[in-house]
Amino acid sequence: MAEATQQLHEQAPANPEQAARQRAMAVLARASGSELAKAWDAWPDRPDVSPVRGPETGLVMVRGRIGGGGAPFNFGEATVTRATVKLSTGHVGHAYALGADKDKVRHAAIFDALWQDDATRSAVEDQLVAPICKRLDSEDTRRRDETAATRVDFFTMVRGED
Amino acid sequence: MYVAVKGGEAAISNAHQLLADRRRGDRSVPAMTIEQIVEQLGLAVDRIMSEGSLYDKELAALAFKQARGDMIEAIFLLRAYRTTLPRFGYSNPIDTGDMLIERRISATYKDLPGGQLLGPTFDYTHRLLDPQLKGDEVVDEPQSRDAETGHTPRVSEILDQEGLIEGDGELPDDHRTGDLTREPMEFPMTRDTRLQALSRGDEGFLLALAYSTQRGYARSHPFAGEIRIGEVEVEIDVPELGFAVSIGRIRVTECQMVNQFKGSAKPPPQFTRGYGLVFGQSERKAMSMSMVDRTLRATELGEDLTAPAQDEEFVISHSDNVQATGFVEHLKLPHYVDFQAELDLVRRMRSEFDARQDGAEEQGDNLEAAE
Amino acid sequence: MTAQATHSSAFQGGFANPVFDGQSVFRQVMNALARPGMKTAFDGLTEPPSPLIATVGSIAATLFDHDTKIWLDPVLSRNEAVAGWLTFHTSAPMTRQTLDADFAVLADGTAMPSLESFAQGTQEYPDRSTTLIIQIEALEGGRDLRLTGPGIKDFQTIAPQGLPEHFLEQWAGNRSRFPRGVDIILAAGEGIIGLPRTVKIEIGS
Repeated sequence: MAEATQQLHEQAPANPEQAARQRAMAVLARASGSELAKAWDAWPDRPDVSPVRGPETGLVMVRGRIGGGGAPFNFGEATVTRATVKLSTGHVGHAYALGADKDKVRHAAIFDALWQDDATRSAVEDQLVAPICKRLDSEDTRRRDETAATRVDFFTMVRGED
Repeated sequence: MYVAVKGGEAAISNAHQLLADRRRGDRSVPAMTIEQIVEQLGLAVDRIMSEGSLYDKELAALAFKQARGDMIEAIFLLRAYRTTLPRFGYSNPIDTGDMLIERRISATYKDLPGGQLLGPTFDYTHRLLDPQLKGDEVVDEPQSRDAETGHTPRVSEILDQEGLIEGDGELPDDHRTGDLTREPMEFPMTRDTRLQALSRGDEGFLLALAYSTQRGYARSHPFAGEIRIGEVEVEIDVPELGFAVSIGRIRVTECQMVNQFKGSAKPPPQFTRGYGLVFGQSERKAMSMSMVDRTLRATELGEDLTAPAQDEEFVISHSDNVQATGFVEHLKLPHYVDFQAELDLVRRMRSEFDARQDGAEEQGDNLEAAE
Repeated sequence: MTAQATHSSAFQGGFANPVFDGQSVFRQVMNALARPGMKTAFDGLTEPPSPLIATVGSIAATLFDHDTKIWLDPVLSRNEAVAGWLTFHTSAPMTRQTLDADFAVLADGTAMPSLESFAQGTQEYPDRSTTLIIQIEALEGGRDLRLTGPGIKDFQTIAPQGLPEHFLEQWAGNRSRFPRGVDIILAAGEGIIGLPRTVKIEIGS
């Protein structure tokens, strides 16, 4: 089953553009509300945004696997907020993020729409996704390193004469 | 005849106001913020999320504050709140192999890939009260050292190389994952539904059951193969996009309990496993869950049923503390009419009893007189 | 089968006020099924892509969700805009198996598969059956049908246009499986008529 799990993760995405969008959406989902709000406030030539759905808060049932890699089971729900917006440029953006921060998710949906627009994609990537990603990575590294400091180094005590 | 009574509206309203006052306590003491609870009472928040079966730190902290620190009341509040929210769907199964690990230990292997990582544990503390914590002392930044990155294999994968341990736990391909929040409980349960029930079960109840198995009520020789705590990514398939997106991370605790198994008519001698997975940092709960998961597999593994911890219907029907508290606590609600009926019945039975006693005594007197 | 909502039209035309609109449609559907044969007028609260009509779009937006499997008749399932719209607004998974369906939506009532081919529920759980939502030409103007059964005082006459052929024979078969069997909602532009499995249908007025 471990192989099956791995396969699941190694499944090649349909196309590189989709993979890049997935990555950007994942970063937007973990961004803080203020990071996205600031970026949107400072955005030049902001298009008009009309809500299509939400932002609305609901639940997602989180699944685990028996034994870590076996059959799936439902182990509890988490709050999730989603939004879909349409820009005056015609692009439709979606966002889903854990928690109940509606403003954050609405902003994330706007940036997903801007990401799909060739004219603004690189700006979203460079000014928003890259720096947030860097912040998240450095936080992860810090946490890993703090945990690593609690790693047990075993040493053998030699006893007896020989 | 049935006479309904009503009343107590003012008393109830005033009681609620009094509750609000007592909850706030001395007004000269600053009120707690939700952020303070999330940051400084994190394990209480984790327990509420785990047994409330809803991952949301802010809501769990709010529930904790509203419940004046009463865990089960807070869990009840969270369960009640979740019923007001629509469900958007199911996540893809999380992969604990890709966890950002914050603690990871094994009691079965000293040297294992990835190492023994103690993390923020109470273990090895002296359990001496620390008066310094009474104030707002400056706390040192933690130590740090370069970490290995990447996939940390589970201990079960290591044992699996020798073929001496059973697999992760499969269900038939056509099995539809059970969901207690959607379908009524039916016994016997499949293992997936049982794990869902255990994961939201009461920590104290599961702990006591796990303890009972160690004391001889269904001996199961457990070893903590591995316990890991950390954050995993949650991904959902978004139907309108046609691909999966990551929606953030949650902290979970996973326990792989490894049990010696002599073999039975069905499987050969090998190590069997119990599995625990819970929201937040809660290894006591994850360990208890994995031990109870294992004992509840007795029938599947052809073991004799001798102890409460092996009785699925008993364990699962009584593991939910919201259900349990509802039924126990309802006894304090007015039962005036029921009790009146019982009172009448007991009076009648008593007078019949007394009459019989008197009759017997008289008979006895008569017998004596005859002698 | 995943219907990917690539057309931006898929994202338009949902409820303007999801909570209140959903509640009002739910009430109307409940009334229609509680009073079999009674015409229940409907405001078109949604604007789904054709050939899906607004009445059916509103029922879908109210009753369908990620836990309900939807079977679409060939006319609808071939139509990407319809499938995309339903997916975005309801999150409901689609199925090709009539037996798996919680709901079936038919744009062309005349080409209806046999009622027996849908989920019938079980003796213990008769509710685990398919509810069919059938678009018909009009709720009036067809031949008179006389309905009797629970929820109807004396009798009720309906005259829907565009019912599947052999509908009455099919319905008699459906009734014979009680408590198992399917329920039907007939939908036209002007509203709906509910036909729960308990209702008896005969020709005449």
